[in-house]
Amino acid sequence: MFAKLKVWRGVPGAAGRYEHHEVPFEQGQTVLDGLRWIRVHKDPSLAIRFSCINANACKECMIQVDGKTVYACTTRLAEREMTLEPLPNKSLIKDLVTEIAPPDERLESPPR
Amino acid sequence: METDVLVIGAGAAGMYAALAASRAGARVILADRSLIGRGGATVMAQMTVAVALGEETPDDAGHHLADTLKAGRGLCDEPLSRLLCEEAPECIRELDGWGVGWARNNGHISQVQAPGHDRPRCVYVDFVNTGPAVSKTLRTQLNRTPEIRRIGDLLVTELALSQGACIGAHAVHVTSGQTLGIAAKATIVATGGLTRLYGRNSASINMGGDGYALALAAGAELIDMEFVQFFPIGHLAPRLVGMDPIMWDPFRYKLGGRLLNAAGREFLQEEGRYATARDHATYAILTEVAEGRGSPHGGVWLSFQHCREAELRAAFGPIIDRLAANGIDLTRQAIEVAPMAHYHMGGIRVDADMRTTVAQLFAAGEAVGGANGANRLSGNAITEALVFGRRAGLRAAALALATKAPTLSAAPHPPEAKRDINPAAEIVRLQALMNEHVGPLRQKTGLERALEHIVQLAAHCNPGAPRGALDAEWIDLHDLASMRLVAECITRAALARTESRGAHQRADFPQASDAWQRHQAVRLAPDGVHVR
Repeated sequence: MFAKLKVWRGVPGAAGRYEHHEVPFEQGQTVLDGLRWIRVHKDPSLAIRFSCINANACKECMIQVDGKTVYACTTRLAEREMTLEPLPNKSLIKDLVTEIAPPDERLESPPR
Repeated sequence: METDVLVIGAGAAGMYAALAASRAGARVILADRSLIGRGGATVMAQMTVAVALGEETPDDAGHHLADTLKAGRGLCDEPLSRLLCEEAPECIRELDGWGVGWARNNGHISQVQAPGHDRPRCVYVDFVNTGPAVSKTLRTQLNRTPEIRRIGDLLVTELALSQGACIGAHAVHVTSGQTLGIAAKATIVATGGLTRLYGRNSASINMGGDGYALALAAGAELIDMEFVQFFPIGHLAPRLVGMDPIMWDPFRYKLGGRLLNAAGREFLQEEGRYATARDHATYAILTEVAEGRGSPHGGVWLSFQHCREAELRAAFGPIIDRLAANGIDLTRQAIEVAPMAHYHMGGIRVDADMRTTVAQLFAAGEAVGGANGANRLSGNAITEALVFGRRAGLRAAALALATKAPTLSAAPHPPEAKRDINPAAEIVRLQALMNEHVGPLRQKTGLERALEHIVQLAAHCNPGAPRGALDAEWIDLHDLASMRLVAECITRAALARTESRGAHQRADFPQASDAWQRHQAVRLAPDGVHVR
């Protein structure tokens, strides 16, 4: 089975673009599995944010899939085109990664 | 930037260390390469936490210590084990006061019996929520302590030294690509373990052993690097999402469960109880698989089919629905389980004040080696994180308050890197190699084959500097370099230890040897890794 992943790539302040990847998958695999497959087999420069991989414990892998905000680690891959984009309401860092840290846990936040 | 105490890593050990140091009057920076309190192992812990509270059954730290030493197969660093057991009740009760929500029965904190314990001793938070609850509780305390400066997305690349003492660290702020130095009078490494080195692991992406690599490069000594604990019943099939692969541990605590081979036979003589220590169970499962009695995906079966639906619901409530969403009905089917890398007994050598062999450098939590010997007693990991974190925070603060502020010079600019490999792919390759040859069952030829690859890989392990904001390839290059160095430590130590003990099982040396009832220390010299 193959999923067609349409992945948004880009940085702040420049026009982004969509990349198309065909990703092989087995029943049960997730969008995060697909993104990790792309990084290992095609392009390690793809920026994604995650920590716990599969447990849905860290809550770091939030992105938009087909316009809906989801965790990449619990959204199943499907045999169709899926559009993956960064969260629209958070400031963009790169590709699918947005700034989701609480303001007082960021480097640029002034010491209180 | 500058501070009194720099804490690297924001799992339970790092967060508790930061709180303790701050309460002792030190200025603290708490840095994590991920988000504060979200990466690392703590948030993924399912249950349980070992502590001699004696809430339901009489108990004291001496009994907990005896079980810890027995599980450690003669290799525990006893002062560390003693500290873990003796200070555990205070830490667990402090968390209780902070509202962590330990499960209770008639007003008493519930304690279940885990393998290797002589009595019910393990506390937990329902349902399967121990780690997230501990993380959240410590995060809440941090939020109430605004003096502690918390910085996420900060990846420490090097400990800074002056005349042999640690004076802080150099780091990369990964989301911006900016490099910066943090001068600190005392530094605590609380970066967790190394289980990401293995293909099958229950780790987060952050558990690639960076703290060990940092400590080694700063001249610190590591011990017991060959002892990697494999959790025997990690989930194997069918594929589950949104669940931690070690989730069957709490199921077995509460419901027993039967571990079956392909013939449907219980091969562990447990009679439905959860009784076998992790090292023995791992070895037994691998033996079933090797002798052709494994399950279709290369593990064994775990069955709760003897349990009624109502019994499952009472014990695990919403988790049963999450299993149903994954297409699993435990009353009708067994699932497949197999060993997976779960915890590292070895680590940075410290004394009972958490001081490493480098001045002004401390360590805490899983990053520390020695407390659990050759095999960790179940439930001791969160306990260790809390107790050692608190101790490290207190001692680091005391030292910092008596130490002059250091001056940090700029980090030397790293040489330009070639980037001639796909580091994400190389990490996967290294993980597969470690799993196959440096996993729970080892022998000389496999270890040597692994070592050859690991040594050759060094030529590609110069990450250079990041190129701009969130340079994902640079992060992988950095991780590959740390993982490679730490893999070399494990493999060399495993080759040298010509016996079988606890988590280190050699097919070519199947017996434990009295002569090997000792630690091996690992150091990094200009000519490479030395084990003695």
